[in-house]
Amino acid sequence: MEYEARRPLRGLTSGACRAPAPWGCPDGSGGSGDGTVIRFDNVGLRYGSGPEILMDVSFALLPGSFHFLTGASGAGKSSLLKLIYMAHRPTRGQITLFDRSMARLTRDDLPELRRRIGVVFQDFQLLPHLSALDNVALPLRLAGVPEGAVRTQCAELLHWVGLGNHLESPPSTLSGGQQQRVAIARAVINRPRLLLADEPTGNVDDGIGMRLLYLFEEMHKLGTTVIIATHNETLIQRFDHPCLHLENGRLTAMPRAFTRRM
Amino acid sequence: MIPKRVAARSGYDLPLATDPTGRFLAWIMALMVYLGVLSLAAALLISDMAGRWDGGLSNGLTVQIIPQSGTAARPVAERTAAALALLRASPGVLSADALPPEQTAKLVEPWLGDRGLAEDTDAALLPFPVLIDVTIAAGTDTADLARRLKAAVPAASVDDHGAWLADLRRLARSLQTTALAVVGLVSLAGVMTVVFAVRAGLAIHRHVVQLLHLMGATDRYVARQFESHVLRLAARGGGTGLGAAVLTLLVFGWASGGLRATLLPDFTLALWQWAALAVLPLVLCLLAVVTARRTVLRTLEDLP
Repeated sequence: MEYEARRPLRGLTSGACRAPAPWGCPDGSGGSGDGTVIRFDNVGLRYGSGPEILMDVSFALLPGSFHFLTGASGAGKSSLLKLIYMAHRPTRGQITLFDRSMARLTRDDLPELRRRIGVVFQDFQLLPHLSALDNVALPLRLAGVPEGAVRTQCAELLHWVGLGNHLESPPSTLSGGQQQRVAIARAVINRPRLLLADEPTGNVDDGIGMRLLYLFEEMHKLGTTVIIATHNETLIQRFDHPCLHLENGRLTAMPRAFTRRM
Repeated sequence: MIPKRVAARSGYDLPLATDPTGRFLAWIMALMVYLGVLSLAAALLISDMAGRWDGGLSNGLTVQIIPQSGTAARPVAERTAAALALLRASPGVLSADALPPEQTAKLVEPWLGDRGLAEDTDAALLPFPVLIDVTIAAGTDTADLARRLKAAVPAASVDDHGAWLADLRRLARSLQTTALAVVGLVSLAGVMTVVFAVRAGLAIHRHVVQLLHLMGATDRYVARQFESHVLRLAARGGGTGLGAAVLTLLVFGWASGGLRATLLPDFTLALWQWAALAVLPLVLCLLAVVTARRTVLRTLEDLP
């Protein structure tokens, strides 16, 4: 089984800021045939008959890269992420994910591709009737991981993000920062090849924010491609990663990987 | 080390157990199963009744030798003997036996009392006919037999069971069809209820379903959650409905124990018939699960 072939969990210490992350390296290159994980070619998006939210967006990201996605509110950051995690299809242009053109994907192709992507939603989107552990367990259960392994790994990861005492707590009893950490744990539990985070540090203090960024860094070092949409200038400056900058639906700052290939 | 308290899974990913639609689905299923089981029981009882009619009356004739008045009239006993001789000599007649007078008296006793028929037929208080019970082979020309009998024996009449047995069969068939149609309608109503409940559930939890999809859930995964939920409710409702129907049938059986009319159905069922009734809720549960699956899969086709 693909999941079991990955590196097992080991040696976690709750509260250790830069302890090894509790997952193995994402398998496979995760990249497309031209060496990119994501490729946008003149992509446009509009909702219904409204104005275009994204216009002529073109970029490509290499496997294992780390990018911040910046831009003012309403610039189209969340919409861009939604296109990547396939919540929407582009109105025009072409998107290629993991070497597969989105235009040619059928409904049956989507679940497998979506399982390669971890998403931290801006509003967390935790399921209120499930415990923290069951929320984190969702991606593993969807992937058909045996229940015993699911519980072990989820409990371990929740300990790692400082929520070891809240395994059974429903989200409504957790603070905003705790909910955010549950959402992040859920996004990374299945060791995605591509990790998308929409304002992941918006509801946490700087200490927790830094800790979460280190978590993403760990993922990145293990080969995961990471895109973080954020307003937090401090984080952007602290971590030296390239930026994709959106202004009024247009991409104004290109990642180096893309500009080299153009 | 994982604490013991998280050793068991907490339930569905979709909060279906809290749906208001779920509460009434179990009750509607109970009602459907109750009506369905009673209708099926009615169909089985009618089938039994028709079988009894067939067994008792098919391939039979009743010949009546009617007493005549007047000086030229031949005695009934003489005409009966002539009729028996003709019948026994006719091709296709397997047996022909005159009913003893006391048996005839027994037949009319409920209406006339025990003095309706004197021992001597010709001196009876009332002029009762002599009845001859005839068994014939299948395919015997009863019309020709009746014609020859009437020609040979004055005031003899032939009552062919087949004629009114056909009417009874027709009646039984239509009652059975009606009962089975009720079972069909009940099943259809059950299907429509499940479709409504599942669509309502999908509408209520659309957000969660979308989220599961974004995390990589297949349509089958979501459908399985609805299937389990519907199966649980249908099983609960089916069990309740079956229990109530069995109780009703037992009460009917007890109440019908004192009935004297032999043509009315006997409200007791054989073991295989009870088993058939128990299968109905299982079939309805299966139907509910298949309906839930198909409804979910069709509805989810609209999601991106």
